[in-house]
Amino acid sequence: MRCARPAPVLIVLSATSGRAFAAPPMSYLSSAGRMGDAIAPLTWGLLGVAIAVVVIISALVIVGILRRGRGGAVSDTPIGETRATSWIGIGVGLSTLVLIGLVVWTSLTMASIANPPSEPALTIEVRGHQWWWEFIYHGEKPNQIFETANEIHIPVGKPVRFAVTGMDVIHSFWVPSLGGKTETIPGQVNVTWLQADRPGVYRGECSEYCGEQHAHMALAVFADAPDSFEAWRQAQLRDAPAPASDQTRFGEQSFIQHCGACHTVRGSPAAGRVGPDLTHLMSRSTIAAGVLPNNPGYLSGWIADPQNIKPGCLMPDLAISGPDLASIRSFLLTLK
Amino acid sequence: MTVAEYDRVPERVDSGYESALAHSLEETWETKPGLYGWISTVDHKEIGVRYLVTAFAFLVAGGVEALIMRVQLARPNQNLVAPETYNELFSLHGITMIFLYALPILSGFSNYLFPLVLGSRDMAFPRLNAFSYWIYLASGLFMYGSILATAVPNDGWYNFAPYSLRQFNPGLNMDFYALGMIFLGISTTVGSANFVVTFLRMRAPGMSINRVPILTWGTTTISVGNLLAVPAVSLAFLFLWTDRQFGTHFYTPESGGHPLLWQHLFWIYAHPWVYVVVLPAMGMVSDALPFFCRRPLVGYVAVVLGTITTMTLGFGVWLHHMFATGIPFLALAFFSGASFVITIPSAVAVLSWVATIWTGRPVTTAAFHFFAGFIALFVIGGVSGVMTASVPSDLQLTETYFIVAHIHYVLIGINVFAVLGALHVWFPKMSGRMMSETLGKISFWIIFIGFNVAFLPMHLTGLWGMPRRIYTYPAGVGWDTLNMITSVGAFILAIGVIVYFANVVISLRSGRIAGPNPWDGPTLEWTTPSPPPPYNFPVIPQVASRHPLWESRLHDSVGESQWRRGMPLDKGKEALATTALDGLPDAILKMPEDSPAPFIVTLAMTAGFVGLLLQIWWLAGVGAAATLAGLLIWLWPERELAQRAEAAR
Repeated sequence: MRCARPAPVLIVLSATSGRAFAAPPMSYLSSAGRMGDAIAPLTWGLLGVAIAVVVIISALVIVGILRRGRGGAVSDTPIGETRATSWIGIGVGLSTLVLIGLVVWTSLTMASIANPPSEPALTIEVRGHQWWWEFIYHGEKPNQIFETANEIHIPVGKPVRFAVTGMDVIHSFWVPSLGGKTETIPGQVNVTWLQADRPGVYRGECSEYCGEQHAHMALAVFADAPDSFEAWRQAQLRDAPAPASDQTRFGEQSFIQHCGACHTVRGSPAAGRVGPDLTHLMSRSTIAAGVLPNNPGYLSGWIADPQNIKPGCLMPDLAISGPDLASIRSFLLTLK
Repeated sequence: MTVAEYDRVPERVDSGYESALAHSLEETWETKPGLYGWISTVDHKEIGVRYLVTAFAFLVAGGVEALIMRVQLARPNQNLVAPETYNELFSLHGITMIFLYALPILSGFSNYLFPLVLGSRDMAFPRLNAFSYWIYLASGLFMYGSILATAVPNDGWYNFAPYSLRQFNPGLNMDFYALGMIFLGISTTVGSANFVVTFLRMRAPGMSINRVPILTWGTTTISVGNLLAVPAVSLAFLFLWTDRQFGTHFYTPESGGHPLLWQHLFWIYAHPWVYVVVLPAMGMVSDALPFFCRRPLVGYVAVVLGTITTMTLGFGVWLHHMFATGIPFLALAFFSGASFVITIPSAVAVLSWVATIWTGRPVTTAAFHFFAGFIALFVIGGVSGVMTASVPSDLQLTETYFIVAHIHYVLIGINVFAVLGALHVWFPKMSGRMMSETLGKISFWIIFIGFNVAFLPMHLTGLWGMPRRIYTYPAGVGWDTLNMITSVGAFILAIGVIVYFANVVISLRSGRIAGPNPWDGPTLEWTTPSPPPPYNFPVIPQVASRHPLWESRLHDSVGESQWRRGMPLDKGKEALATTALDGLPDAILKMPEDSPAPFIVTLAMTAGFVGLLLQIWWLAGVGAAATLAGLLIWLWPERELAQRAEAAR
């Protein structure tokens, strides 16, 4: 029997999103971005039509029954027939008009979200993995390309292009408050765009079933003011600093030995490509794809026992000794 | 065949159920007692009831799976079941409800009712009918065998590649599903062929194609649909199985295959399937609602054309399951438009029912309750479907709990409510006893309230962004209360279903005796005793209108329908074939005797599929050889089955 897991805490993110009212963080009935702004009114409109139709038909059924209906036996009630086929014609005519309106609205909305409002300056490659997100920021020169995981920062008010693909199975990249879903399909690159118009932190989740831990594959988009985005980007471009103390030096050695086959820390020999890039691990607010807050306690717990926190995940229980764990942790804490 | 070869032209005689003719027909048609008789019967009524019982058993199994999931999801971060177990549960739940309950339950009603409402002695291919049931049972048990092997399918009912491939899914889980679906496809295919031929050739004389009950239109339409759609999914699963077992590359992107091939092949089948599991149910409501509105259905022709149009358009909307896969907007626009258009024929049906209620004198029986509830739920499931037709909105709605709510309004609202009402209507015919009206209405209200408590708030769960198929969710994202409400509703729904089945069991033992026509229904099945004798009709009825039993009151017939005077067809097991459109007598069919061959061939095929599953190739070979031998014995020409008699026009 598995023991209870600590509560996953992307709530932290919703609390910091700076929204005035408490809209659920994954709701798409309201929007904070250009694409979402185009879709949300359409969804509300469809919802309104849907509710109206349900109310009208239900009322017709109820009134139709109450008007002349009764209990008792069928055989006591005589058979009669009046012609009423014109009802169907009128109803179908009205429905068709409403449907034509919805088709036009749909087409106009499709046209408005097909392309970003202006040519995106930034392209982020999204790679879906079982069960985490890899993000590669493209740059014009090789030294402007960097990689991160599960959390991205984008400049507010500017469209960002996303090139989306799957590295193993199909996942789906989705940040509801900013726009719709794009499946990450192995063997093909889907291109989409998002633009956040209000600064904040927007939660996303994988929305295509992808295996045992599909439930724990969240992501977060930090929409920053352009200058703080630029500062973040510059920080991400830097390699990790060389360990400064004996403890962290020992930690780096342990990390390379235990973790380096799967994880990369730029500036160290650890260059594995299986798991997330950890070069700036401490700049992220969560670990394990949004499952745990990123603090020293949870970090140790995760390294010591990932299979208990996220059963079936590809990070194995390595049986790392206490002192090794402590030094690895102190090394990771330097990866700001 | 020339006239000279016919050996007789039958006279028309007067006869009833107490005549010497009836007794001799009884001896000819009755199923032999004992286990051998039970295995070899080809009586469509027996087979129909078996379909119903088996499908209800799968409904209960799928329901239990659902309740376990609802306990797990009632609160955030629960660990009642392990993640993999949860994934297996939702996969098996979907497979069970969609494939092993939803169509088979309707096939049960259709099997039972087709010959009775069409005025025939049996289905066109009685042995194929038995075969279709046995294969259904065997393939269902085959897929449930995955529980014993602890390798339950775990990729959801739509089973996307590449997660279904061996690299990510090494166990037997997917092999159970792939082979099981190919196996089940045999049942669906032969059953569909049987319905189509029965509809076209086994109607009573005078029952031209505009006089048949809507149920038969619904079932025939979806049977044609099945014949076109099932090959796609059988092929998709065969490709999956060869990818897994022999390293072919249909779905593997790294070697030239493409995962989207799976989605296309699957949805080309599975979207039509949605209509397959609702059109016959809609047909039953179209037929039975008028019993309780005391008038014929408003707009028969419009409803029939709507049925056919729905199925036809149903083949042109599969891409609306794939709006988020990166297909260009221009292509999506066509499928979006088609998905809006398909609403119109459904609107025809709804408007027809509403008009029938408005202009009739509704008698609010338990069955009527289920049908009225069905209309409301149909509309909710329909309009939420319209929302998903809109590409931009669907990019948000898809793969959230909004879709889960939608599909349950479709499958429970349109299928289960129609079925529960229809059982109230035809249970007296099947068992000879009435179901309790009081218990029926109580069960209706519990089910109706429980269902809406569970699934109406689920739309909001989806609009608030909860993705499907997650085994747990964090606290504080707004989903906790909604999920608790849904779980409570699910258990209320389950209690209602228990009350309903209790009503069935109690009524079976001690229900009021029904008599031939308890609902004063207009169609031919109500001329027979309840339950009907094995030969259905002592003489083949002659039909002059859509409502043979209401003719004297409606004055809409040309001539008069007769069911006490007609052809006796008593020289052995005989039935009448009529022409496809006008229903003119065409030939006397020699119907086959009971036979264990369908059961034995099913056993042989089961052995073959188990061999394929476990890669015991000799077993697969033995199964294939035995299947072939069984089919040869089954199909070996029999002189007494040769068609030698012409029917009188």
